[in-house]
Amino acid sequence: MSEIHHLSTEQLIAGLHNKQFSSLELTEHFIKRIDAFDGQINSFITHTSETARAQAQAADEMRAQGDLRPLLGVPMAHKDIFCTQGVLTTCGSKMLHNFVSPYDATIVTNIEKAGMISLGKLNMDEFAMGSDNSSSYYGAVQNPWNLDHVPGGSSGGSAAAVAAGFVPVATASDTGGSIRQPASFCGLTGIKPTYGRISRFGMIAYASSLDQAGSLGRSAKDCAYLLQPMIGHDPRDATSIKHDMPDYVQDLIEAEEKAGDKPLQGLRIGVAKEYFGAGLDAEVEQTVRAALNKYEELGATIVEVNITDPEITLATYYMLAPAEASSNLSRFDGVRFGYRCENPKDLIDLYTRSRSEGFGPEVQRRILMGTYALSAGYFDAYYTKAQKIRRIIVKDFADAFANCDVIASPTVPTAAYKLSDNLDPATMYLGDVYTIGVNLAGLPALSQPVGLTAAGLPIGLQLIGKHWQESQLLTTAHLFQQHTDHHLQHSAIAKETV
Amino acid sequence: MSNTSPQSAMTDASVSRQEILEVATLARLGVDKDTAGSYADDISKVLKMMHTLAGVDTADLMPLANIHEACQDLRADVAEHDINRERNQSMAPAVEQGLYLVPQVIE
Repeated sequence: MSEIHHLSTEQLIAGLHNKQFSSLELTEHFIKRIDAFDGQINSFITHTSETARAQAQAADEMRAQGDLRPLLGVPMAHKDIFCTQGVLTTCGSKMLHNFVSPYDATIVTNIEKAGMISLGKLNMDEFAMGSDNSSSYYGAVQNPWNLDHVPGGSSGGSAAAVAAGFVPVATASDTGGSIRQPASFCGLTGIKPTYGRISRFGMIAYASSLDQAGSLGRSAKDCAYLLQPMIGHDPRDATSIKHDMPDYVQDLIEAEEKAGDKPLQGLRIGVAKEYFGAGLDAEVEQTVRAALNKYEELGATIVEVNITDPEITLATYYMLAPAEASSNLSRFDGVRFGYRCENPKDLIDLYTRSRSEGFGPEVQRRILMGTYALSAGYFDAYYTKAQKIRRIIVKDFADAFANCDVIASPTVPTAAYKLSDNLDPATMYLGDVYTIGVNLAGLPALSQPVGLTAAGLPIGLQLIGKHWQESQLLTTAHLFQQHTDHHLQHSAIAKETV
Repeated sequence: MSNTSPQSAMTDASVSRQEILEVATLARLGVDKDTAGSYADDISKVLKMMHTLAGVDTADLMPLANIHEACQDLRADVAEHDINRERNQSMAPAVEQGLYLVPQVIE
């Protein structure tokens, strides 16, 4: 049998069902790996090993008594943006270094109800603001494929933990690409669902109109397994929406059963020249185009579509997201929870020093940018203008989808860069150019691995779907993965055994 | 704030150290002059990206308020008794008799 951490979620479920291993044995395997190798990766902020062992033992007992929940006893871990009752929840920030959440996020409750075992809380860019996981108060995360390189962000800890074989799947969140970009950098599949598909209750807010939780795994099927318990309307989140409740895993199984020689016959993949313009690394372009050729071999048709100029989309995003952040983060004032400065001389001093000592530079930069955009005299010129342009971006996507079923693009213009490259903020933001339009339009999208650079770093392809069509995205990627092995490649750390 | 007119805001596309200091006061962030200069440089670079927005024709367009053009589905206005005051206050920097303590604001 393969190493346990090389098994898919489906194989883990089968192994538990067939008594090849117990949940406790699985849990111990992953904990041992974390203990042995996370010193090199820094993907976890908080370990919950003892709770996990107790939950795994309980899961084994429930399974022995006939409990048939498929995910019962399967380990996973949460991005530290999700509130977990009784467990430290930092959002990667000094501001929340002592915040033990008094309640669970809805997705945490739902995943626990499905019987999964949480091994802990995963590192991330501070308040999800960043694209390389270098802004975390708990230190940078290293890419398990090459420790000199970044894992992407903001869900860098989630991606690195899965790529290192510390957990089979992990939760993550995506405001401008924070699931898809680290998935691309770490050779994983990661999906950001339609805005409103998953409750945001208990997910610490960055930009409320853009934030959406999702899942990371090695394959589309792994992502589907974790995504399933996360979805659904939640009365505690007024932006979550009542909609049909697809069975993602069943949809993949049915697609697999129906698949013939040309499993993607009839699928129209839109390709926009705007996603293949200046700034795209030649090796990334070549690899993504090769993957599109493979999609054609599998029966799909490539059609040309147009979307909004990515430069306009990028500018719109970097106007709106910091504006929302400056408003959302005003709640951190040192009064009711979180970091408070020493010996404040008055209330304003308490607010000001608690915030400037508790927030890191990238968070302060975005608060300042957002406050500037929202301030008197600039609100209409910047914020209102950007909200109008957002309507154009939504319409352009809708027009493109009149001629195709999904849109494909590179996920990121480059493979993972080196942490020592120390990109300035404006350059780092350019890396989000292909992912942020999806958030502005509230669309679902995933990133799937489609090859490696000559230096051995992963390259991702992004698939964008129509609203509520996560199932189509997962099915498309799954059928591709049935005929390719990019998703089965292992990082350097995942090849290591304890 | 500065004397920059709203109309020219996007085409000027730069922010001064003094403006950063003023914005920091609004945002309740303590920023010293050197750091303000560094933030001004960074934010000016980002604002240059906003040049592209000025050229987009948005006449007759309403700002987008909800991505699904849907009304927010609010739950019934009924109190839920799931707030645990003690648990919440256990994380507060300073509390006394069930109240959150801050420095004195009235002499």
